[in-house]
Amino acid sequence: MFEILKREVLNPTVTLLEVDAPKVARKAEPGQFVILRTDEKGERIPLTIADYDREKGSVTVIFQVVGGTTEKLNHKMVGDCLQDFVGPLGKATHTEGLRKVAVVGGGVGCAIAFPVAKKLHSLGCEVHSIIGFRNKDLVILEQAFEQNSSKVVKMSDDGSWGERGLVTDALEKLLGDGEQYDEVITIGPLIMMKFVCGVAVKHGVKCVASMNPVMIDGTGMCGGCRLTVGGKTVFACVDGPEFDGALIDFDEAMARSSMYRDFERHRYEQTCNLFAKEVE
Amino acid sequence: MANMSMKKNPMPTQAPEERNRNFNEVALGYTAEQAIDEANRCLRCKNMPCVGGCPVKIHIPAFIAKVAQGDFEGAYQVIAEASSLPAVCGRVCPQENQCEGKCVRGIKGEPVAIGRLERFVADWHNTNADLSDLVKPTLNGHRVAVVGSGPSGLTCAGELAKRGYAVTVFEALHLAGGVLVYGIPEFRLPKSIVQKEIDGLKALGVVIETNTVVGKTVSVDELMEEYGFEAVFIASGAGLPKFMGIPGENLKGVYSANEFLTRINLMKAYQAESDTPIQHARRVAVVGGGNVAMDAARCAKRLGAEVYVVYRRGMEELPARREEVEHAMEEGVIFKTLTNPIEIFGYHNPDDRRDPMNGFVTGMKCVEMELGEPDASGRRRPTEKANSAFTLEVDCVIMALGTSPNPLIKSTTSGLETAKWGGIIADERGLTSREGVWAGGDAVTGAATVILAMGAGKTAAAAIDAYLRNK
Repeated sequence: MFEILKREVLNPTVTLLEVDAPKVARKAEPGQFVILRTDEKGERIPLTIADYDREKGSVTVIFQVVGGTTEKLNHKMVGDCLQDFVGPLGKATHTEGLRKVAVVGGGVGCAIAFPVAKKLHSLGCEVHSIIGFRNKDLVILEQAFEQNSSKVVKMSDDGSWGERGLVTDALEKLLGDGEQYDEVITIGPLIMMKFVCGVAVKHGVKCVASMNPVMIDGTGMCGGCRLTVGGKTVFACVDGPEFDGALIDFDEAMARSSMYRDFERHRYEQTCNLFAKEVE
Repeated sequence: MANMSMKKNPMPTQAPEERNRNFNEVALGYTAEQAIDEANRCLRCKNMPCVGGCPVKIHIPAFIAKVAQGDFEGAYQVIAEASSLPAVCGRVCPQENQCEGKCVRGIKGEPVAIGRLERFVADWHNTNADLSDLVKPTLNGHRVAVVGSGPSGLTCAGELAKRGYAVTVFEALHLAGGVLVYGIPEFRLPKSIVQKEIDGLKALGVVIETNTVVGKTVSVDELMEEYGFEAVFIASGAGLPKFMGIPGENLKGVYSANEFLTRINLMKAYQAESDTPIQHARRVAVVGGGNVAMDAARCAKRLGAEVYVVYRRGMEELPARREEVEHAMEEGVIFKTLTNPIEIFGYHNPDDRRDPMNGFVTGMKCVEMELGEPDASGRRRPTEKANSAFTLEVDCVIMALGTSPNPLIKSTTSGLETAKWGGIIADERGLTSREGVWAGGDAVTGAATVILAMGAGKTAAAAIDAYLRNK
């Protein structure tokens, strides 16, 4: 069992959990993920590692409530335990030799983008973080990005925080102004990553996207996480989760990600009702 | 006087029209009377051909003699000398090609039902024996790590624990058992049986660490250099699924058999209270003809679908066990043999990009095949019949085309040689190119049987024992 050491509500639907998992903490690197189960009947869900503390032996994950399992996870408090927590899985973000990078995060994806920005910043790389949210109430990790980037560009859909507009607008502007990046690293909703990659490719800059498809085991066994990259089938869990964004078939990935949408919606409502009953 | 009936005592089973709607075990097992009657069919031949057919060399006539006397615990002790997982093997071994295939009674009539007797004895023991009576072996001070808790790893761990080694088994998933829990369905091998076998190993002192991916959480090098294990047995299986490489394979509703079976068997997606989703399809095509294809087809049937097994050769060439094919047919699975898929079609609404049905499977285009001359494997090569294309209307396709070893360990273990196709290279005793590291089971042979994997685990345990004694 894996004890929750810290819980922090970052915005109404996004929560941070720091979990006691020394074996995972010992090996974790930015870009990698864990698979967890909340309880004995729980499903296995992948969550990207948001932070880790090797000395303390803890790993931090940040998640958005999107279905039954994340709703259950959101009811776990400090001192509660997770049934299973395994990792670190997948390949770490490639950071070697990068001198100037744009990190583009959207929504809860910023939680995954952050450790990448932090690692690059600590290696002396010039990091420009472009982070976007729908509105000011959904902003997370603002300070963390400010402390670990040379420049932070803040975007919101409705203009209630930072500038009004999309992260692609901000990236387009920076590249148009002549910023030269070794790489653009993007993490967020699939549709956002698709367009960020489009902008980067247009400007001739390499773009890396972090994928988070449906998976079960996380070790290459089920093939549920398969994607088409450069015309070839790859498994996000072992070949990724990061891939060259110019080669990813995002439309296919978006279609595949909705495989269990009805089940998830139904299970989310069931779980909410269950918790509501417990409160009564 | 031996029972000279030409036929085996039939195995009591759930009726097909009943069982194809539930996940309970199909075969119900012999009663004590049936077991004794069947045991009396054994002629106790002096040269014991059956033992030669057993990969772990169980003293078959001796255990059957005990059954005939009604000494079921005595029979269990005979089996336990050679096998660590008798309740499993009694259920899933291909006895027709092994012990029973060599049985003298099989020359005229049916062989002695050795598998059914093994199952009976193991189940009797599991119901009646008390694990608390078990005396833990005295530890000899040596530590061995086993990677993977499938049949090969569990057997090796059990053999070493009996000899006094402190054994830790590392398992990537949250539950021990490997293919016995994620692959083989409940209706062929109840998970409570696997759990009993694992509890038995734990009682012997074996430690099982789940949620540990060797190659990621910890490497083989670290197990030896930092954790102080003197020897490592790699039994990580062959878990990487194969796909056909035809158009449409990434549509929604196309599963690898591994994913489909894992959702059902490990994650219990067929139970309402499980949080793991599974598609409840109307019509399912399972591509492939092996035991895994039969398992997937029979699971899909139980979820309420009309199920087709699509296989490019004929009924005679199906690699699955006869019994599995017969069970599948009885349960209403439809066999489309001499048929090969060439494309999978999906739904596409040109007027609505957001139509939730977009991207779901609607059909599979197939061609008819005919068998030509034998190929390198000795089987007749299937060739496509001209102008034979047709579409099978299905909303789910399960690819059961075989698996290959997972590259995670190979890529993170220094000095470990592997074959081009991914299998770890090991000698006949399981020793790899790296000192102190043995390997066995599907990780070495590619996808094979539970009993062969167990045999490899047993052989490697003996070799590890000899190595550490002389060290």
